[in-house]
Amino acid sequence: MLDVEKLQLTLNGKPIINDFSLHVDKGEIHGILGENGTGKTTVANLIMGTNNYKPTAGKMTFEGQDISGLSVSQRAQRGITLAWQEPARVEGLTVRDYLALSSHNGQADQLERFLLMVGLEPAQYMDRDIDATLSGGERKRIELASVLAMRPKLAILDEPDSGIDIVALPRLLNGIIEMNRQGASVLLITHSERVAAIAHRVSILCAGTIIRTGPAAESSQWFKNNCLTCPHINEPEH
Amino acid sequence: MVGYTVEKEYQGMIDAYEKAGGDKRVLETKDVAKLVVHENRVLANDPIKGLKIDTEETKSGVKVNFTVAKGTKVPHPVHLCFGLLPKEGLQEIIMKVDAQDNSQVSVIAHCIFPNAVKVIHKMDADIEIGANARFDYKETHYHGEDGGIEVIPKAKVRVNKGGVWQSTFALSQGMVGKLDYDFEVVCLEKAVAELTVKAYGKGNDDIKIVEKIYLNGTGARGLAKSRLVLGDKARAEVRGETYGNAPYARGHVDCMELVNGTEAVAVAIPIVSVTNDKAKVTHEAAIGSIDRKQVETLMARGLDEDRAVDVIVKGILR
Repeated sequence: MLDVEKLQLTLNGKPIINDFSLHVDKGEIHGILGENGTGKTTVANLIMGTNNYKPTAGKMTFEGQDISGLSVSQRAQRGITLAWQEPARVEGLTVRDYLALSSHNGQADQLERFLLMVGLEPAQYMDRDIDATLSGGERKRIELASVLAMRPKLAILDEPDSGIDIVALPRLLNGIIEMNRQGASVLLITHSERVAAIAHRVSILCAGTIIRTGPAAESSQWFKNNCLTCPHINEPEH
Repeated sequence: MVGYTVEKEYQGMIDAYEKAGGDKRVLETKDVAKLVVHENRVLANDPIKGLKIDTEETKSGVKVNFTVAKGTKVPHPVHLCFGLLPKEGLQEIIMKVDAQDNSQVSVIAHCIFPNAVKVIHKMDADIEIGANARFDYKETHYHGEDGGIEVIPKAKVRVNKGGVWQSTFALSQGMVGKLDYDFEVVCLEKAVAELTVKAYGKGNDDIKIVEKIYLNGTGARGLAKSRLVLGDKARAEVRGETYGNAPYARGHVDCMELVNGTEAVAVAIPIVSVTNDKAKVTHEAAIGSIDRKQVETLMARGLDEDRAVDVIVKGILR
């Protein structure tokens, strides 16, 4: 489904993403585990085409089609979407409007279901603006609900657990699993082993390079043993 | 105008209102007070008990005396419909409002100029809000795409003890043309004033906004708020002024202007002044471009860039 080959990004002369290769299968939840500063969010932006990031080398294909030259909208129209680590606030846009736009004008009861899937009560949230009156955790869950509403082929979720309290986390993870059951592939970017545990496979990112890919439990254990105690963050040769 | 009968004019105004997104059933409801004025002709005047609307047709417009009797709580919003259907013309509305003590009313003014090529629409209002009275005023403009219109709304409002004046002026459909908005409110003891202006400037639109609030009574409160989005070669200058002249007066100026493109020009001039050591007035003014992350958020859900910008602009101006 998604094939990334030898992707590179250099910003201000500094290599950020190096020789990055990744394959996400149809129907797969693929985790990317990495410490802070290893390039996780940059990878999300490169695949989605956001933040004006353009790879300096490498190739990205989605369902066999080269997507490197496509706009964000064109990638989304082909079924790729992104949930940001820190979702934007949009003054004057209600949760209802946001979900309706994401679902391309889905029915009201369907929109409510997407909110329920992320543990939010529709009556309390549907008519609220996506602005500073919502907490970070609420915005994260609304962001995920909008991804659910879009019914993407591939959802890139950047740190979906950040700002989410321990009580709400299981609901959020269930929402991701449900989305996957409904047919979406998921690229799950995180630094949490608990979140990565729902993935089928997990790749470890260091210095913008995938240094290992394997089953979730095995990769998480490797990450715990090697990366969490590593004094050489972003020095993959160590 | 030759060729226009009263019935045709009325139907034309209603049709234009509906075309602009309004619900014409509201204007046809019996227990809803309304005034419909085309150019200088009063086409409908349906007051209700406790609300008196006296009109006098002038050469270039209409004089309106709008009186809400003491203690009257008008149950449904009152609809004022002003406009000009021909391409050229002048409409001057001279309005005197007397919202007497303890009264309460919500007024929605629809100003409709769908075909304007060379039109001037002026409003000069003298408004008195009685003690503990509440007056909500919302003015929405529906313009065509030619931009050949000059809109000049001016008002002087006096809010007596415990009274509330809340107004919203919105011009986001069609081309603005030239807008020269100037509202001045004086608040006495514990009176409240909230002024909001929302406009979407495009083409060569030229927008000038002045919102002035004088907090002259103890405990008076005021908010001067503006939201403008400018594209193409539109220009806007927003002057929000609030004066805290009495103990415990609280005021705030909140101006946000977003520029989309490289040729539009936005200027914000917040003025805050305090002449009493127990008063407090604050301000925030922000001029910037439309947030790229907001646009990309919507693009990542499949909207193309223009539609995403449109959704964000409409949200700001909602």
